[in-house]
Amino acid sequence: MSIGSEKEIRHLAKRHRKAKVFASFCAAVTWSGVVLLAVLLYQVSIDGFAWLDWQFISSFPSRFPERAGIKSALVGTLWLIGLVALISIPVGVSTALYLEEFAGKGRFAKVIEVNIANLAGVPSIVYGILGLAIFVRYFALERSLVSGALTMSLLILPVIIIASREAIKMVPMSIRYAAYSLGATKWQTAWAHVLPSSFPGIMTGVILALSRAIGETAPLVMIGALTFVAFLPEGPMDSFTALPIQIYNWVSRPQEEFHQLAAAGIIILLVVLLIMNATAIYIRNKTERRLK
Amino acid sequence: MTQKQLTETPDTDIQSPVSGDTSIRQSRIRWGEAMIKGWLGLCAIVSIVTTAAIVILLVSESLNFFENVSPSEFFFGTTWTPLFEPSSYGVLPLVWGTLIVTIGAAVIAIPTGLASAIYLSEYASDRVRRIIKPVLELLAGIPTVVYGYFALTFVTPSLKTFFPDIQVFNALSAAIVVGIMILPMIATLSDNALKAVPVSLRQGAYALGATSYEVTTRVVVPAGLSGVMASFLLAISRAIGETMAVTLAAGQTPNLSLSMFESIQTMTAYIVQVSLGDTPTGGIAYQTLFAVATLLFSITLVINIVSQLILNRFREVYD
Repeated sequence: MSIGSEKEIRHLAKRHRKAKVFASFCAAVTWSGVVLLAVLLYQVSIDGFAWLDWQFISSFPSRFPERAGIKSALVGTLWLIGLVALISIPVGVSTALYLEEFAGKGRFAKVIEVNIANLAGVPSIVYGILGLAIFVRYFALERSLVSGALTMSLLILPVIIIASREAIKMVPMSIRYAAYSLGATKWQTAWAHVLPSSFPGIMTGVILALSRAIGETAPLVMIGALTFVAFLPEGPMDSFTALPIQIYNWVSRPQEEFHQLAAAGIIILLVVLLIMNATAIYIRNKTERRLK
Repeated sequence: MTQKQLTETPDTDIQSPVSGDTSIRQSRIRWGEAMIKGWLGLCAIVSIVTTAAIVILLVSESLNFFENVSPSEFFFGTTWTPLFEPSSYGVLPLVWGTLIVTIGAAVIAIPTGLASAIYLSEYASDRVRRIIKPVLELLAGIPTVVYGYFALTFVTPSLKTFFPDIQVFNALSAAIVVGIMILPMIATLSDNALKAVPVSLRQGAYALGATSYEVTTRVVVPAGLSGVMASFLLAISRAIGETMAVTLAAGQTPNLSLSMFESIQTMTAYIVQVSLGDTPTGGIAYQTLFAVATLLFSITLVINIVSQLILNRFREVYD
């Protein structure tokens, strides 16, 4: 290979320098995302850590920061997530099963599919307005846990359906053929073979969807989850508060102490979310290895 | 037997209990099976009912609103004071508030998100990917109210050291945190789109002597452009619908100001403001909720549909 003129070599060197700069730029930008996450977590923990003790977890909200706690919000969130799981998992997984195993490729299935894709992009606050008008007002469920849970369920249904469909699609056709050839009906095949095989994938999607529901604030603000609740809900018809609502309430106050309380609340919220996400990632990694 | 026939076989087999007359043993209708199928179908209809309910609710309440306020006042009016006298119903300040926050967020998130996606798909080793991908997922999973806290306690005070005259509530800080919020979405979705570009295209370009920069910007990104553009649009639509962070960071002042240092109000923040207050049901103030929500819903719906069209229409399919 002949060596080019000095000008060509310089041009080549310039091109490679450009490539190097570009690569470092992309790497720097990405790693700064990681640093950002670290800064955010650090900021929250130095603000909130001092307030984080058993008294904080076991007390009701209060006008006095030193006496305020997060008990009713934590219990409200747990109630809410339980109810949302009860409502959204059966409906979401059933829809996914129907679309993948029963609906075929007809127009009806296509309409539902497009519809779900669009629902997934609807802003959460619009679901809040829907919940306010339909559940709180029309069905007169008031500002209860049920209203909140139904609203949240509608919000995360598209996420559960899309994730479950992906998981069901991954089940090889050969498993279905084997079941059919032994005389199993469509439902027997779906229930005894397709669902168990896709279970880890469905669980991952469900956990991620539920953790989205835990963090959502806007729909709960809309349906009027209360910001000051000094009692624990005893049934699904009781009014309630939730972690993000309590945090929002504290952040929106001007006093420094309440901001620190909010940080402590955020730590609790993030710990709950982290546990759920870690579970989802663990399940996914485990199944990825198995499928290989 | 061809592949097509193979996949169709179970269908015809299973439907035989109902319609086929060749099977003697299974000539009865399986009621249990039919009921289960009915239940599953019913669940699938929930999503249709949800959409129908959203559309009917928003349209009917907006029509009520437009009986009291003329559409031209709503769409072209420049003052938004529906909650106090003299009331005025020009939605432009809210749209403007949403617009500057969204544009600011996009200016931050699109270049950085795309750069991250390029790094992840073109440069990062598998080990690095395994670290960064979960971090991006964690960032994407942080609740928006936490970003609101971040804006008020960290971003705005930091901005104040550079721009002393910035207000406590300001559009810039909202735009920054919304940008951080949508960044992981752009990075993840664009990374998927770039990863889908076949390696052979890259190898072809490298074989012709291209540098990694040239391969990325002239081959990979153009080849995955439909997915990349769709990720931008989805992220923008998410920024428009974002609520808690902008409510906390940008404040409650409907404002047509060009300055990002001033407090503004977005469409979503207005909806929150009304729902937190004690606005009586049925009045015009209550109806504004639905008019603004309809506008918000329509804007995000159009953007989402366009992004789906881009994905379907312009996707390059490689074998």
